[in-house]
Amino acid sequence: MSSVSSGMVGRSTGDRIILILAISLALLMMAPIAWVVAMSLKDNKELMTDMNSVFHAPYTIINYINILATSSVFRWILNSVIVSGTLTIFTLVLSSLAGYGFARLNFPFRNTLFVIVLLGLAVPEQAVLIARHQLFSWLKFHNTYHGLILPGLAAPFGVFLMTQYFRAIPKELDEAALLDNASRFKIFWKVLLPLTLPAQATLGIFTFLTSWNDYLWPLISGTKKEMYTLTIGIASSQTNFAQSEGLGFLMSQAVFAGAPILILYLFFQKYIVTAVSGAAVR
Amino acid sequence: MAEAALPGSSSTASAAARRAVQNINAPLWRNAIFIAPYLLFFVTLLVVPLFWGIWLSLHKADAFGTGRFVGLDNYLRLFRDKIFLQAVGNTFYFVFLTVPALALIGLFLALALNRKTKTAAALRAVYFSSSVLSVTIVTLIWRIVFIGNFGLLATIYGWFGATAPAFLSDPKLTMIGIAIATVWWCIGLPMMLFLSALQQVPQEIYEAAALDNASRWRTLWHITLPSIRRTFVLVIIIEIVLQFQLFGQARLMTQGGPNNVSKPIVLYIYEAAFTKWDLGLGAAASEILFILIMIAALAQYFISRRKGVEG
Repeated sequence: MSSVSSGMVGRSTGDRIILILAISLALLMMAPIAWVVAMSLKDNKELMTDMNSVFHAPYTIINYINILATSSVFRWILNSVIVSGTLTIFTLVLSSLAGYGFARLNFPFRNTLFVIVLLGLAVPEQAVLIARHQLFSWLKFHNTYHGLILPGLAAPFGVFLMTQYFRAIPKELDEAALLDNASRFKIFWKVLLPLTLPAQATLGIFTFLTSWNDYLWPLISGTKKEMYTLTIGIASSQTNFAQSEGLGFLMSQAVFAGAPILILYLFFQKYIVTAVSGAAVR
Repeated sequence: MAEAALPGSSSTASAAARRAVQNINAPLWRNAIFIAPYLLFFVTLLVVPLFWGIWLSLHKADAFGTGRFVGLDNYLRLFRDKIFLQAVGNTFYFVFLTVPALALIGLFLALALNRKTKTAAALRAVYFSSSVLSVTIVTLIWRIVFIGNFGLLATIYGWFGATAPAFLSDPKLTMIGIAIATVWWCIGLPMMLFLSALQQVPQEIYEAAALDNASRWRTLWHITLPSIRRTFVLVIIIEIVLQFQLFGQARLMTQGGPNNVSKPIVLYIYEAAFTKWDLGLGAAASEILFILIMIAALAQYFISRRKGVEG
């Protein structure tokens, strides 16, 4: 990465002040998370009598043990894994095939179709929500896994990303294979697909994150408790919030739900950054 | 015509090889097999529902089915509905609160953290980390910060014997509270967009400025900011499109209250369609949101097109 500061006046007092400001802001940003984690480690009764008890021992993991014993969290996690996992795999397959088709092959109306797909990027979810809900009601798709997965497969972003990526690969590669009489599918599968692995990782993580965090569609389609995704499930257990009963338990659910995605983020940070920059090119 | 559109056909291969390649680049229906699976989902789950939604907005429709054609009646009902107009106003107010904050803080963070040190890398990771959380967890965190007498804010104010502002119940403050949580949640994206723009500014310009002994502020004002002006506009538009779709935070933090002061358009759509089951009205409201977002998206399109002409 090219550094602006090196091109400027060098390390100065002003530079240091800016960095300290950025660090302070980061600490301020982390404070709410630390507060929630600390609360999740406190006994519920103690929290009710004195909030400042958050700052000192005793801490307990009883809330986390209670999750294992009583909460539906595991079912919701399973649902989220099934929905986001399946959606991610299918998005990768569909987008790679379509990206290859749009970038490397010719067929009637190709350019028109590509423009129509790109226009799809501008359609917000809310514009299709009610019609989709009605369609799925008639098909009796609500409260099923395919009901939760299918709408995500229509998103054009992956096709756009993969088309761009396939276009950037030198044409000579598949032309050489064509001369060896390899079929179009074989070239796609054996020659080009292995070269797209970084893009696959980027698109996969992007799709998984978006689906894992989706709130609107699972809220109206998966209305039975056993079909909740983690996002909806955690939201549903917030109803007892006001009484301030089980606050520590509620916070432990938040930590339990947020931690996996944060850990995933730390592992795949590099690709997430690529995905964001890739979206910026658009 | 089709061959000419494909630059790959003019390769360095021999004449025979080129002929083979050209044959294979001819437009064939068979080739569309690769895009057919995606297109099936695209058409059934996006194109058809889009037009169906427009059609629904012109009909009286409820949970039991679609009734008669009512023309623009649903739209007229919306414009006579004070709560809808308020929701539109609330949404604009929210965009006004969040978008400038996201753009300016994002720009500051990108300028501050555009350096090679490990500290900067770690801070970039911290600032982006909140973006991967779902809206449910974000609102859970912020409700516990803002909530009445035992939140983080109340506790801190309590140390000084003061009362914290009631971000979740004071009508004047609810939208600001939602905006604070949203900026906290979304700050990673603008920061990243500005960072990738900053890294595309040619280093030679900075070296020339350093030779001229240009001050830090002059360099920032006359070189850095003009170079990333287009990204600044794009960040504004992308964020307008995203923040227009406010839903989860408002529903989970305040349920749109008190007195609808924090009810955005999408929450209005959700309630019209899935609580009152007035599908025609909900569809009409979503078309209005669509038009508002489309205006912002078109602006983005024209700006990125101008980029193509200039560069």
